[in-house]
Amino acid sequence: MPTTQQIQVRRGDVVVLVGTMKGAFLFRSGPDRARFEMGGPYFPGHSVYALAYDGRAGRQRIWAASSSMHWGSVLNHSDDFGASWTTPEVPTVQFPKGAKALASIWQICPGRADEPDVIYCGVEPAALFESRDAGKSFQLVEGLWQHPHREQWQPGGGGLCLHTVVPDPKVRGRILVAISTGGVYRTEDGGRTWTVHNKGVRAEFLPDKHPEFGQCVHKVARHPGRPDRLYLQNHWGLYRSDDAGDSWQDIARGVPSDFGFCVAVHPHDAETAYIVPLESDGFRCTPEGKLRVYRTRDGGGSWHPLTEGLPQRDAFETVLRDAMGTDEEQRAGIYFGTRSGKLFASRDDGDSWTALAAGLPPVVCVRAARV
Amino acid sequence: MTVTFHLAGFLRSFSGGAREVRFEVPGGTVGDALRILGERHPGISSRVLDEQGSVRRHVNVFVGDLSIRDTGGLATPLRDGSTISLLAAVSGG
Repeated sequence: MPTTQQIQVRRGDVVVLVGTMKGAFLFRSGPDRARFEMGGPYFPGHSVYALAYDGRAGRQRIWAASSSMHWGSVLNHSDDFGASWTTPEVPTVQFPKGAKALASIWQICPGRADEPDVIYCGVEPAALFESRDAGKSFQLVEGLWQHPHREQWQPGGGGLCLHTVVPDPKVRGRILVAISTGGVYRTEDGGRTWTVHNKGVRAEFLPDKHPEFGQCVHKVARHPGRPDRLYLQNHWGLYRSDDAGDSWQDIARGVPSDFGFCVAVHPHDAETAYIVPLESDGFRCTPEGKLRVYRTRDGGGSWHPLTEGLPQRDAFETVLRDAMGTDEEQRAGIYFGTRSGKLFASRDDGDSWTALAAGLPPVVCVRAARV
Repeated sequence: MTVTFHLAGFLRSFSGGAREVRFEVPGGTVGDALRILGERHPGISSRVLDEQGSVRRHVNVFVGDLSIRDTGGLATPLRDGSTISLLAAVSGG
């Protein structure tokens, strides 16, 4: 096994968590985000599709879902930025007897700030798990598992997964999830009951382009300060909601394609969001061999390519659904990784970009935080 | 009867580094032995079996030189002194 390079993270640093198909990596920088150093690989040989930083209740905890083709998936955590990891002997995220077997953990989402011991995991097969004891144990959210639509959900290319969990920071009990392929579901009562929220989102791959459910939603991003504002990157389709998902408006104006996987919202400006369009479902690479992040600053009214520092020739790249993240700085840091193992960072809201790494394993998850 | 488990490298992190573990089992099948293994070393059995009790798809379990896929699965009978190997299949990417 490779030697894992360790890094010293100090309070006030900005860290970027990077999950790949062959392990996790950690990048750190001082507050100026001018120079990053890399630690890792952690969990070498295991895919890490989900990472999260939990700074609630005085913690400095990294959560990492490692998955082995052979030995299964497990949720690990580190309280010392990767110097050591706690791996439960028996995985904490498990289906109850008589249900299904866990295939993979796709999403780790710390709960609301005023519920610091709540953590959610979205998994494959599509289900939601909740911990109310800071991750010591997890329970299947039965209200969604028993939903009458579940038997009709179909697997997408990545499997039948619940890949997006967005708790509402202001409305207690409201959580939105996205499932490929099922679409968007929302609870108002902490998970007991769920209603479908795909109004306006199309399903290009079905005879009925606007079914009640069955959409292949790739990612949903919620603005933290204005939580009714959501952006949705669909399997064909780019949408915005201003009513917490009750309805969706098509905002694919001025983009080379409305196919893509990732979407991120600026931490301080609900009108600003970022996507990386891909040519089509048949050729899931950046159009024209140009790696362009598209940014809107008017809530999707218009989109403009960001190219400074990004390769604009022979760059047939793919950025997957969780491979873009932001920090929370006023002048936001935007970070994304590609399936070819390149990692890029911007510390100026996306105006310019710097390569942090080239040659990582395929990047599947990027998260960032000031610690 | 006494059975011995030979462990793939990854599983040894749950056996204190031991390459093999040996103990008495009251029952006579691979499933019985894995159940006892789960009581003594839950970290190993939860990597070999999923939470529904099935052998994971890319894990191979051998009794002697024979894969239990060909000998009755978890119902494969054991003899006193049987050796059970828990190995990663040739798969990956």
